[in-house]
This record gives sequence, structure tokens and C-alpha cells, in this order.
Amino acid sequence: MLGIDDPWIWGVYLLCIFSTLLCLVYGLVNWNKEGEQEALEEKEEEAWEESEEEMQQKELGM
Amino acid sequence: MNLLLLNIIILIYLLATLYLGYRGWKSTKDSEGYLVAGRKTHPYIMAMSYGATFISTSAIVGFGGNAGLFGMGLLWLTFLNIFVGIFIAFILYGKRTRKIGHNLNAMTFPELLGKRFDSRFIQYFSGIVIFLGMPLYASVVLIGAARFMETTLAIDFDVALLVYSVIIAAYVIWGGLRGVMYTDAMQGTIMFVGMVFLLFMTYSHLSGIVPAHQALTDMANLVPAKLAALGHAGWTAMPVLGSTWWWTLVSTIVLGVGIGVLAMPQLVVRFMTVKSNRELNRGVLIGGIFILMMTGVAFTVGALSNVYFMQKLGNISINVAAGNADSIIPIYINAATPEWFVYLFMLTLLAAAMSTSSSQFHTQGSAIGRDIYETLTHKKGGKSILVTRMGIIAAMIIAVTLGYILPENIIARGTAIFFGLCAAAFLPMYTSALYWKRATKAGAIAGLITGTAVTVFWYLFIHKAEAVPLGICKMLFGRDVLIASMPWPVVDPILVALPMAILATVIVSLMTKGPRDKHLAECFRGVK
Repeated sequence: MLGIDDPWIWGVYLLCIFSTLLCLVYGLVNWNKEGEQEALEEKEEEAWEESEEEMQQKELGM
Repeated sequence: MNLLLLNIIILIYLLATLYLGYRGWKSTKDSEGYLVAGRKTHPYIMAMSYGATFISTSAIVGFGGNAGLFGMGLLWLTFLNIFVGIFIAFILYGKRTRKIGHNLNAMTFPELLGKRFDSRFIQYFSGIVIFLGMPLYASVVLIGAARFMETTLAIDFDVALLVYSVIIAAYVIWGGLRGVMYTDAMQGTIMFVGMVFLLFMTYSHLSGIVPAHQALTDMANLVPAKLAALGHAGWTAMPVLGSTWWWTLVSTIVLGVGIGVLAMPQLVVRFMTVKSNRELNRGVLIGGIFILMMTGVAFTVGALSNVYFMQKLGNISINVAAGNADSIIPIYINAATPEWFVYLFMLTLLAAAMSTSSSQFHTQGSAIGRDIYETLTHKKGGKSILVTRMGIIAAMIIAVTLGYILPENIIARGTAIFFGLCAAAFLPMYTSALYWKRATKAGAIAGLITGTAVTVFWYLFIHKAEAVPLGICKMLFGRDVLIASMPWPVVDPILVALPMAILATVIVSLMTKGPRDKHLAECFRGVK
């Protein structure tokens, strides 16, 4: 197969290609999924940034 | 070779790199920006940065050269690179890492582990393991880059090493992770283009895919007797089961590096740079294709270089390279490809090296600043970024120094050692941090220490390839390794250290009181 006699080698040659296809299909199917947490996390993020700024002001007088 | 043209190309590339580093610096105003790039990175930048950091010159030159020596069996590593390094890593590890990292405001890998298990010890001990273990990996990447610059630009190896390091320092120290990731994305794109050309050129040179493989298969009888005695059965065949080469290929190269990727601190931190799992879903697609074109191409071309050299010079690659596997790919590129491609490939390798080196130095710096200094002194804020920057400089000096003194043929092995160490030390703890709520602080610490200690012990006293040159076993016990009977001297530490670390984590966790519900609820908030 593919000019290679050892099935462990031509097998893995194909396996590399198939696993890439798996990544490709997964990415395409889920391209727009799981973006919904953003809003909540953004709020948390803002609160965190505020507290970080406060801390820096306190510590460094910036 | 037109050195002037090459220098101009490299200068343009370096200016672009510095510009992106500057963009990173401009948009970084706090430690979150410096350490996790503000957590809002574009999926293309994240995935390319992950891939370009993952794949270094070490993967292309070192492991590609190893494929010239061992043959296409190395493709098992490519398979693991894609399936474990991208698919499993992004989906099973990445998504929870991102969410839990966000919940706990973690900005480094050790910080994530430390906060998840509520242990400062875990954070600074992991920081120490990284800071002490990574220089070897960092310096072999430097060696890979400098070797190619030496061969192609005809400049002194030592000068190449120094110039390269100073340039990276400039954008890592100021640009932080944003600078690192922006430049990574550009460098990854260059690498991708370079490797696509290399693949097409090699196959078309050798009259197509099947004829090229067939020619390599037909060369099996040309394996030198010395290599055949170690288990080499041809370049399109697995080594003889249980032979020295089989153990090296399977345990060190394929398993060590293939699995170790899951617990690489500089890669894990990238999961924390995106704002939602959607970016990781998209990253799987980009990363999968990228990795196939990196190691898949490097290993196939490395193996096929034997056909080229046999046709042109009547000799196999390792002989053409005078016994140094690290030189196979550079010599092949210079001999087999047109001049314009040598320039492109030079840039590809420079990009591959810089994208990996920059993250290594950033990770070592953050280990010192955030994980060790902040944790031990309880001081947060501006000073720790200063310490991080100083840590980056220290890491570079150590890596360059090691680059001058390390022996030849070290590139692939140096990489494997660090990947193996990370797998044994961090993987059991990291996996339970994400998936096993019953895991306790004591269990995590037991796994961390067991994995680290067994790996170090194994390298010093059992695994011949390291124990003999280090000489500590000889000094203490008067012999090269403690167990001389096969296969022990060639069994990689990961096969022993990882299972022992897993056992230690599980047993000690079950023997100690489980973590508080309140803490777990905070860690796993919003985790599906």
C-alpha cells in the first residue's frame, strides 16, 4: 500500500490524514457553538479588572 | 547563494516581528495582558500560536533528522501530535482549562493547579520544575536555529546563537504574551507555507508519492550493519520489536513527546487566552491541519531524504551528514531544493525556532515572577512583572550558555526529556484538576513529587542515554547504570514515572479528606 510494505507504517500514514480530517470536521460542525458563555464571563471579567486596578492603585500608587 | 538578498529577507521578517512585538506591548497594560494576552485572543492567532509554539526547529530539524535515521515510524508521533496534541488537548483539556482558569483568575499553568488544589506549594514547586527543566528544551531549540544559520548563512555557530537570542529578548520582554502570540501567528503562517512547498517539492522530485515510498522501501537492504544490529529494519518499517531502537522510538520519541504535550505549561496557558469554547472549536480545525503539515511533512521528507541522497550521492542520509542526525535536514534542503526555497526554508526555521523560544522564555519568566516570587513573597502587581522580565533574561542566559556546551545529536533528545518530565510531573495532577473532584491537595502533591523524583532518578541512574554522559551513577556506584539487563537501560522514564505518579495521586487522594464543596463549586462554576 502506498509503496510501503509494513502495515504499521502505511497504517499510520493514513491515520495521520484521517485524524486531521477528524479535526477539520469537528471544527466545521462546531464552528459557531459554545460562544454563549461570553456575556456572563464578560461581566465577571469587568468586576475582576476593577478589583485588579484598585489593587494596583493601593500597592503601587498608580 | 545570494547572501545580500537573504539578509534583506530576514531583515524584513525581523522588522515585522518587532512591529508585532511592539503592537503587543502597546495593548498590554496589566498582568492579565502580559500573562494571558487579555483572554480575548482571536481563534486563528490562538491556534497558530499553539501550533507554532508546539512545533519548533527541534520538531523539524531534530526529529526530521531522526526520521532520516529511523525512517517513517516517526509518523506515529505525528499521529499523536494531531490526535492527542490537538484533538484531545483542545476538546477535553482546553475547554475546562479555559473555564476553570477563568473562574480562578489563573494566569499561568502552575497558578491554575495551585489555585485548583488550594496549595501555594503546588504553584511554586511547579514553577521551580519548569524553571529548572525548561532550559534544556530551550537551548536545544536555540541549537537547532543556530545550526541552520551556521550551515546556510555560513556564519559562526556561536555568533548565530547570540544574535538570535538578543532579537527574541527584545520582543518577549516588552511584548508579553500578546507580543509572543502575535508574532507566533505570523511565524506559524510562514512555517505553513514553507512546509507545504517542501512536501510538494520532495514528492515531485522523487516522481510522486507511491514511487518515492517504493524507492525508500527498496532501500531496506542498505541499512548499515551497525544500525541493523540495533533493530533498524528499513526506513518504511517499524524497528524490530523489543530492540534498542524500538524502545527508543516507542517509549522516548512517540510516547514521551506524544503524550507529554498535554501538560506543557507554555501550551496549556494558551487555552486561557480565549474568551469562549467556540474559539477552541475553531482552533481544532486550524491546529489539526497545521500540525499535519509540520511534523507529518518533516518526518516524511526526513525519511525520503535517503532516496534523494542515494540517487545523487550513492549514500544514505546519516552518512552524508557524517553521523549527525541534526544535520540531515539542513544538508538536504541545501542540496535538493532551489535557491529561492532555501531562503524560504531558512525563514521557516527561524520562525519555528523563534515562536517556540519566545514562549519558552515567557513561560520561564512567568514561572519565576508569578509562580515563585509572588507566591513566596505574597507581593502582587507591578513588581512581579519586573521579576518576570528579569526571569526571562535569566532563562535566556542559561539557555545560551547550555547551547554552547551541549553535545551534538542532542536536539530531539533534549526535547523529549522536557516533554517526558512534564507528563510525569504534571499530567496526573492536571487531569484530576479538570475531571476528578475527589482528588485532594495531598494527592496532587504526591503525584507531582513522585513524577518529578522518579523521572530525575531514572535519567540519572537507569536510562543509559542520559545516565552515561551525566556520570553521576558511575561516580556513586562505579557503574554506568544501576540495571544493565535489557530493556531497562532503554526504557524511557515516562513509562515508569507516569504510572507511579498516577498511582500516587489516586491512592493519596483516597486516603485523605476530600476538598471542600464550596471550593469545588467555585472551581467548576459553569463547567459542563
